[in-house]
Amino acid sequence: MKTADVIIIGAGSVGVPAAMSLAKEKLDVLVIDSLPSPGQGQNKKAIGGIRATHSDKGKITTSLRSIEIFSTWKEIHGDDIGWISNGYSFPAYTEQDEKKLKELMVTQKSFNLNIEWLSPEEYQELVPGINMTGLRGSTYSPGDGSASPLLAINAFYFKSLSYGAQYRFNEKVTAIEPLKEGGFSITTDRDIYSCGRLINAAGNHAREIGRMAGVDLPVTPDSHEGAVSEPVQRFFGPMIVDLRPAMDPATEDSANYYFYQNSEGHVIFCLTPRHLIVGTESESTSVFLPQVAKRMVSLFPKLANLKVRRTWRGQYPMTPDGFPIVGILKENPGFINAVGMCGQGYMLGPGLGEILTRMVTGSLTSDDQDVLAHFDPYRDFSGVEQFK
Amino acid sequence: MRENRIKTHPILEVKEKEDVAFYWNSEKLSAKRDEMLSSALFANGIKTFGHHHKDGSAQGIFCANGQCAKCTVIANGVPVKACMTAVRENMFVESVEGLPKLPDVEGNPEISDIEHVSTDVLIIGGGPAGLSAAIQLEENHVSGILVDDKDRLGGKLVLQTHKFFGSVEDSYAGMRGMEIGEMLARKIESSSHIDVWRNSTALYVFKDGKVGILKDGIYKLVTPQIILNAAGAREKFLRFRGNSLPGVYGAGAFQTLVNRDLIKPTDNLFIIGGGNVGIIAGYHAMQAGINVIGLAEAMPRCGGYKVHEDKLKRLGVPIYTSHSIVSANGHDSVRSVTIAQVDENFHIVENTEKTFECDTILIAVGLESVSEFTYEAEKAGIKVFAAGDASEIAEASSAMFNGKIAGLRIVKELKQDTGEIPQSWYEKAEILKSHPGEVQEIAIPSREEGIFPVIHCKQEIPCNPCSTVCSEGSIFMQGDPIKGRPVFDGECQGCMKCLAICPGLAITMVDYRRDKAFPTVFLPYEIGNFPVKKGDMVDVSDVDGNILGEYEVLGAKATKESNLTEIVRIKAPAAIAKKIVAFTIQKKEVSDPVTTKVPYDQIHDDEIVCLCEMVTAGEIRDLVRKRGVTDMNQIKAITRAGMGPCGYKTCENLMKQIFRAEKVALGDMVLNTRRPLFVEVPLGKFANGGKK
Repeated sequence: MKTADVIIIGAGSVGVPAAMSLAKEKLDVLVIDSLPSPGQGQNKKAIGGIRATHSDKGKITTSLRSIEIFSTWKEIHGDDIGWISNGYSFPAYTEQDEKKLKELMVTQKSFNLNIEWLSPEEYQELVPGINMTGLRGSTYSPGDGSASPLLAINAFYFKSLSYGAQYRFNEKVTAIEPLKEGGFSITTDRDIYSCGRLINAAGNHAREIGRMAGVDLPVTPDSHEGAVSEPVQRFFGPMIVDLRPAMDPATEDSANYYFYQNSEGHVIFCLTPRHLIVGTESESTSVFLPQVAKRMVSLFPKLANLKVRRTWRGQYPMTPDGFPIVGILKENPGFINAVGMCGQGYMLGPGLGEILTRMVTGSLTSDDQDVLAHFDPYRDFSGVEQFK
Repeated sequence: MRENRIKTHPILEVKEKEDVAFYWNSEKLSAKRDEMLSSALFANGIKTFGHHHKDGSAQGIFCANGQCAKCTVIANGVPVKACMTAVRENMFVESVEGLPKLPDVEGNPEISDIEHVSTDVLIIGGGPAGLSAAIQLEENHVSGILVDDKDRLGGKLVLQTHKFFGSVEDSYAGMRGMEIGEMLARKIESSSHIDVWRNSTALYVFKDGKVGILKDGIYKLVTPQIILNAAGAREKFLRFRGNSLPGVYGAGAFQTLVNRDLIKPTDNLFIIGGGNVGIIAGYHAMQAGINVIGLAEAMPRCGGYKVHEDKLKRLGVPIYTSHSIVSANGHDSVRSVTIAQVDENFHIVENTEKTFECDTILIAVGLESVSEFTYEAEKAGIKVFAAGDASEIAEASSAMFNGKIAGLRIVKELKQDTGEIPQSWYEKAEILKSHPGEVQEIAIPSREEGIFPVIHCKQEIPCNPCSTVCSEGSIFMQGDPIKGRPVFDGECQGCMKCLAICPGLAITMVDYRRDKAFPTVFLPYEIGNFPVKKGDMVDVSDVDGNILGEYEVLGAKATKESNLTEIVRIKAPAAIAKKIVAFTIQKKEVSDPVTTKVPYDQIHDDEIVCLCEMVTAGEIRDLVRKRGVTDMNQIKAITRAGMGPCGYKTCENLMKQIFRAEKVALGDMVLNTRRPLFVEVPLGKFANGGKK
């Protein structure tokens, strides 16, 4: 039986950077995933945006560290993961949105985040061709950015291998048993393993894994569709998040949508349905393209000529209040959950990986404690994130 | 500037078309009204359409079928596929150098809802299979929509200038492919139950049961009860150094340029692949007046029908069996090709390289089914049938017959009272798709009087029109009535019908009635761009292309009955008269290899696997070998292989080959996930259903 200090279930947005960080600290790490290679769950469905401009200390602090890791990766390790510091923007077309965004900026600035309010004209310079009718201005946070989820996870994966992490792909965990002397025995469809600590980073499958350890984690995946365009010369700067909901009887109603142009010139976009589509079905529907196209072309007419290359459908493993669940299981302190990333696993992952490492090594800082308070598995889930 | 157009053609009508001016990188050029930009550029000798944003490599035409995006140019500011965009008067066309610029738009684009359409049957593809199925639906009063991405129905039939194999009653054998295409299209164009959508590309069968179709530039969502996938096949590709150079493309692209658009894309062509597709493309090239420098086939024997192969050999085209391509040489476009002998494991035998000057290399190494619509429909829970190449790769004659069967099966699905499909149809469908049999030696008839046909058909293939047309009923099929070999036994009036109809040009007529010692030999001939006339001396050859001597042409003419095939008369001694099958037209010197070494700067250092994203074999091999990667999705994530505009259509096979060569077990190999869309479509198309 193979044993490890730490076994991570899930080689995705959280599991791989956590393995990299743990292995770097010389811990013996084994990652188990039911899919054939790293990032084949929801990580590769991420569009690649990375921002620290959230509304709470937990996500802000974690993302700031992630941004540091993403943005310095090439400099430190040599491989290009497509990082660009293109920033995020939330244009406001209603008084209500303007008010909400400006209020939030106060909180964000209190965390020293670099975020400013641009006039419509200033925003037009960043996004030439944006629909100016009714535009009231936009937030702009130049410190945010984007990187390729595909390249990043492979960079993290190969780096983790070089630090000694091991992976078992195409293996599905079927049972988790606590051991008398502490730690766990993990049975997969191929083998049996044991470990001192177990990290549940199973994304969409977090709830199943939790149940194996006797805990019901309130994580429910819901679907979002996304797409990528042909590459063209850079024609606008930041990620654009259009917060307005849209009622469209011809397709479906939708909440926000967002898009940016990545380091290679592709525009990547994604839309949030207004009525959640619960489940893990990942086949594309006919609804998405007409629904998102109408909105994008109205907002930014120039996009009409941009060719759509590929579309896909993925899930946000959602929690009731939109915040992740990260922490130690009271019943068994060897069991750590790092689940319910609510569609932000990719941007939280690298920062979170380091916090998980400190959790395992017992060296959590007071900042970490503050962060984890926001992600507390035992919190009251009735709250709603004011801004996501 | 020289105009690379076909001026005369033995089979195709060369119509006078209006000239329109357009600009290429500021230079004023002339095109024919409404022709595709790719053809207009080729006609002007322009084959390099831009340079790739990743590595600066030259880009040009590849599929000529709207499936990839290698032919992208900028037309009036907008990046478009040159092969799918018609030229317009004074159009300003530019090469794509690196990433294109997204054009600005005037004002706010129209936004409206997408139209939803329901139908009983959706047929994807208006080629031989789709049309044959549609005819069955029409005859049985079943309604449906037939979509085809071209402006003319017929699929690849419209590119086929040669007479077809198969049987007369089941698949119109003896007619030319393009004539069959027109005939089938006429039956459907006037139909009352089938709605024909031309210029309509199926983009995906979505999970919710709707099929996205871009109809004449307007996006529609179609909900069918039943789908027939008759989308045909795509060509396989090969790895070799220089394989991404402009001038390397498939037979489909070549036939599109030559037979549809009457472009002469090259003077000197080299063909890789000795299946029917490659051999026939060679024959089409000769018809267009293009030299075929040679044909290389990796197997010890050509896979195509022997009669096709023999036709090409007799014209003077050398066929190199057990040879493979080593490299396409050139910097910005093909300048020459290097081939070499291969051993039984298809490894190059050292010091057997030969290099030939040519500017075009045609890759014809097999086809694979466009099967994605079938899988998508299954996943969406829609009843789906497949016919023609989309179901199984075979000749068009087979596609027509199994399209007919699929059509009736669909009728039966919708109308319970429909009778059973006869078992004999399924048997016939099997025969029509059968592979050629062994080559057999046949005895030359001993008779030396009167007039009679000599049949040089040495291989069992599904083809029998000679036995159908014989006015005396003297030609019989030995064994199977379609697949057997024909023999002549009985009376002959010299009507020439068998000679004229034989798609393999493998029937001659020998007439001893005037002169027993020097009988007249009648030969079929279709290569009008190499004309022969009375008084010409020609090198006559036997069935395999061996020269038998030089003899005089007595005359040559095409008749209405011969359907454009010329019948050439030659007087030859009795000793060889019955052995003569054709005469050589391409001079030997044309095919001589070059003796000088290929300049170093014209040899590329690696093979390209993903032509869209310019990913090399070396990059992929390293990941497999050094990093142990066996999931193509991971290779895609790291290298972008398969993430280009063509959507993994070309590189999947090449990736699999590398995996196999690296000894990755089949069970460990994970194939790429396919996602919508089938081809790239501007975002604005989804935002505007065309309603005001």
